Amino acid sequence: MARKLNLRIWRGDSTDGGLKDVQVDVNEGEVVLDVIHRVQATQMGDLAVRWNCKAGKCGSCSMEINGKPRLACMTQVASFDENETITITPLRAFPIIKDLVADVSFNYKKAMEIPAYEPPKNLAPGEARMEQIDVERSQEFRKCIECFLCQNTCHVIRDHEENKKSFAGPRFFIRIAELDMHPLDILKNRKRTAQEEHGLGMCNITKCCTEVCPEHIRITDNAIIPMKERVVDIKYDPARMFAGLLKREKRN
Amino acid sequence: MSGVFSPTRANIKERTLRTDKWWLEPAITFGVLFSFVIYATFRAFEGANYYKDHLISPFYSPCLSEACVPEATIFGWTPVSAQIFNFALSPALIILIFPLGFRMTCYYYRKAYYRAFWLSPPACAVAEPHTKYTGETRAPLILQNAHRWFFYAGLVFNVFLTYDAIISFKSVEGEWGHMSVGTVVLLVSSTLLWFYSLSCHTCRHTIGGRLKHFSAHPVRYKLWTWVSALNHKHQQFAWYSLAGVAFADIYVRQVATGAWTNFYFF
Amino acid sequence: MTSSVTLERHKYDVLIIGAGGAGLRAAVEAREAGLSVAIICKSLFGKAHTVMAEGGAAASMGNVNDNDSWMVHFRDTMRGGKFLNHYRMAELHAKEAPDRIWELEMWGALFDRTKEGKISQRNFGGHEYPRLAHVGDRTGLEIIRTMQQKIVQLQQKDGREFGDMEAKIKVFAECTITEILKENGKISGAYGYWRETGAEVLFEAPAVVIATGGVGKTFKITSNSWEGTGDGHALALKAGANLVDMEFLQFHPTGMVWPPSVRGILVTESVRGEGGILTNSEGERFMFKYIPDVFKDKYADNEAEADRWYEDQDNNRRPPELLPRDEVARAINSEVKAGRGTEHGGVFLDVSKRIPAEVIKKRLPSMWHQFYELAGVDITKEAMEVGPTCHYVMGGVEVDPDSAAAIGVPGLFAAGEVAGGMHGSNRLGGNSLTDLLVFGRRAGAGAAEYVKNNGANPVSDAAIKSAADRIEAPFSRAGGENSYSLHAELQEVTHNLVGIIRTRVELEKAIEMIADIRARSKNVAVSGGRKFNPGFHLAFDLDNMLLVAESTAKSALLREESRGGHTRDDFPGMNPKWRQLNQIASFDGDKVNIKSQALPAIRKELFDLFDIHELEKYMTPEEIAKGGSN
Repeated sequence: MARKLNLRIWRGDSTDGGLKDVQVDVNEGEVVLDVIHRVQATQMGDLAVRWNCKAGKCGSCSMEINGKPRLACMTQVASFDENETITITPLRAFPIIKDLVADVSFNYKKAMEIPAYEPPKNLAPGEARMEQIDVERSQEFRKCIECFLCQNTCHVIRDHEENKKSFAGPRFFIRIAELDMHPLDILKNRKRTAQEEHGLGMCNITKCCTEVCPEHIRITDNAIIPMKERVVDIKYDPARMFAGLLKREKRN
Repeated sequence: MSGVFSPTRANIKERTLRTDKWWLEPAITFGVLFSFVIYATFRAFEGANYYKDHLISPFYSPCLSEACVPEATIFGWTPVSAQIFNFALSPALIILIFPLGFRMTCYYYRKAYYRAFWLSPPACAVAEPHTKYTGETRAPLILQNAHRWFFYAGLVFNVFLTYDAIISFKSVEGEWGHMSVGTVVLLVSSTLLWFYSLSCHTCRHTIGGRLKHFSAHPVRYKLWTWVSALNHKHQQFAWYSLAGVAFADIYVRQVATGAWTNFYFF
Repeated sequence: MTSSVTLERHKYDVLIIGAGGAGLRAAVEAREAGLSVAIICKSLFGKAHTVMAEGGAAASMGNVNDNDSWMVHFRDTMRGGKFLNHYRMAELHAKEAPDRIWELEMWGALFDRTKEGKISQRNFGGHEYPRLAHVGDRTGLEIIRTMQQKIVQLQQKDGREFGDMEAKIKVFAECTITEILKENGKISGAYGYWRETGAEVLFEAPAVVIATGGVGKTFKITSNSWEGTGDGHALALKAGANLVDMEFLQFHPTGMVWPPSVRGILVTESVRGEGGILTNSEGERFMFKYIPDVFKDKYADNEAEADRWYEDQDNNRRPPELLPRDEVARAINSEVKAGRGTEHGGVFLDVSKRIPAEVIKKRLPSMWHQFYELAGVDITKEAMEVGPTCHYVMGGVEVDPDSAAAIGVPGLFAAGEVAGGMHGSNRLGGNSLTDLLVFGRRAGAGAAEYVKNNGANPVSDAAIKSAADRIEAPFSRAGGENSYSLHAELQEVTHNLVGIIRTRVELEKAIEMIADIRARSKNVAVSGGRKFNPGFHLAFDLDNMLLVAESTAKSALLREESRGGHTRDDFPGMNPKWRQLNQIASFDGDKVNIKSQALPAIRKELFDLFDIHELEKYMTPEEIAKGGSN
């Protein structure tokens, strides 16, 4: 049942590194993470890789497989040609730590910059009432497993290191959208700060974040574009411009 | 070097390790859009062959210039001079900015041409060639935020083009109740335009997306769910309607030049 | 080697080991009590096993059925645990669960809603009323994300007050604790290393909360992630705390054993309910051989009748595949041990030959989808290979229910799966998520209270040196054993001998073999450097798993009855005498010792919540006559 599989695995750290060829057994029905584990247990005991649940629910085993940002636990070996060499590298938008492990701390820093949920004053626990149709939009974004594949694939920071300071990235645009659409959140200036502080305007909606999302969250259509439209509401809307409402909106 | 070749990133010399045909989609997009632009430019400047027997090309409708053939105008209404600064202006040039602007600022086309023309990025996880990138934060790209203005204008245009399709139910002699291949072409083209406009992200936002509480606006919520369903197919409508408009223009031109005969069903 | 001059040191009031539901809830509570808090997690922040919980969080809010109350929830929990639960924990849990859920909502959680706009609640096995607050099938993710974001909110508040968001609460991700430190008999801190660099780090703190979750990785087939290596159990043992009832593990009889990409994932009972049959490697539908006498009149003894049952349930007896879980597990276990298992140590479970593909996809959509997407296994076309899978450990650190303080170690607290007592011998689905919240909060409060009454407790250089030496050791050994193969060996032993069905002979053999692996583990050598080296990391995890396995095997040997998550083939059935006893494991520096200890007697007003005839099934006549403790 087992056959041989040719892999090229990136090994190294911030000083240097390169792709190493490895041949390993593979069984029917295995995913790339299984094969990496076999390499680890039999040939490279110190091969660094992150993983946790191995069921597509925690978003730890993010890496690039044949150049595509993917979860190793959700990538079946059978999806490649039998004699194809599979190339596995760490995420390329973030600093390298070692082998397949990249330093994703950027994302945790950004998470701390998004203003937290603010419930209505005087709402006692247990008293909240929300309709299902009002929570559904935000619930879609809360499916996010924080694998950071969207952050990794986004060219705004992948190709431009200098943009990291001013760009929160798709993962946090869905966080902002989630809060702005949260039926009880009362913080008013999320739209403006999304544009002016978190770099929403940097996004040129090329949709790679949506393409790589393992949870199939429609990041661009359901979060980023609606947020851009909400920004237009307060900053560039024709009707409001003519009505001179723009100045008044600034207070929000 | 910034980007994936930054010193802190894993040392990999390839711009991408993708093994699939990632260049195919942008290449096709480039080919199709480029051809359309060339053709549309030629047609816009041609200033002729846009009207024949109650069929008017969508490139020239509404025809508002004094240069328009009288039958193509709306009840002879021609508020725009035929010449501006001694320059003979084709009637198409006056109006094309609106549908062009609508498509240029469309959230789908932006993706398509940023990838295919600007290579920013050419495809996902393929390093782009630019060293600097500021997105849509400053001029001129900040003007993309004008999409809503063009959306409203686009709706007005859809009304005109639907009116054109209705007019085409006339016979050559101007008698109502007839129908030709040209009628079908204009009907399909204007219907696709409605689908394209109604499936637009701005439409989705305006109709209900901007609300915080759907439950308080049941009708708008219902409309929003419909528009959302259409919005799923916005990319398809964008291409179909582009093809529809292009073909409608080609058809009218061919009929106008006499190359094709407009067949009447009844 | 790290000298004490260059050693990275941090000082906090409370140190929390583990960033799952319980750890984060404890962190929030301790910070809100005004203390400085360090949260340590082995993985990235937010990846804890809590994200795997699908069903929901049980809390008697009564949103769907207003007959529900904490008393009903308490009864269900005690019944589920076969009355071996610490009654006080079950009581606190039932009483406080609703508040903990509502609190999450105030922090931004978005649960599914009822028509009235309240939090929706669903039915679940063992719960009398619809009780599980849920978000689709990702409730655990919602809970962990909500608390992660609550911590960010606290950090933003600190940022405004102190100019540094991490001034009072900081997450140390990808950091492993190898030792809990004590001075003068009290907690003084913890020692560990950064996974990223291998560099050592000292945390000084007078209170430590252990919230490290489960032990599943001790077993070969498990639904747990790599983190479930029993770290907290072992750390607590070594720090002088006790583990209670480590023999109780929740196994599911049909987990996937092959292919590896889905190994351990549960195959729900409904697959059998829809017509799935179990066969061995000889193609025999073996369940007919394993119908116990008491079930003879309810279960079909021939294939023809069993097959007719799916069409006509009134005139035929049920297929034996639908026997209770432990019977199915026992049968699978026996077949595999008799050499009739599949090559990967399971049996076949097949629906494909009996039900058309469209029907399977319609009735078992998530099962079909999950295995197809993760492993390319199409259950409409082929048989699954299944066997018992380890899911949850009921046993854990012995704690004081009200403060979550570990018995015997001042300054040490434990909450969540790592703590024992709450679930008795068997946990009800949905009780785990609220367990994390209720006792996570209590641990945070308990630690805060303790710190306020006890000041800092400086760590001595001697303690640092001994902890540092232990980390250095695997690198200085040459040749030696490989941690991956020792881990595999341990899993083989636990799977075969301490698994779902146990006997004296096997347990005794297991204890011997575990001791042998432990002796050899002292020679584990590590290749490569310190930087993010999984082989090095596993060396420490292995040590923890060995202690857990030893505690489980020894407790299981002592408990001569079958109850909940502990089944002894040589002692079938419950024995009321054993219900009065907990098995307490302690560590003497060399081996684990077990002693039996009387279970605290249930309070009278709680005793009175039950029907006396129900209690007679579990309790001795003397206990019934006493009618509770006061």
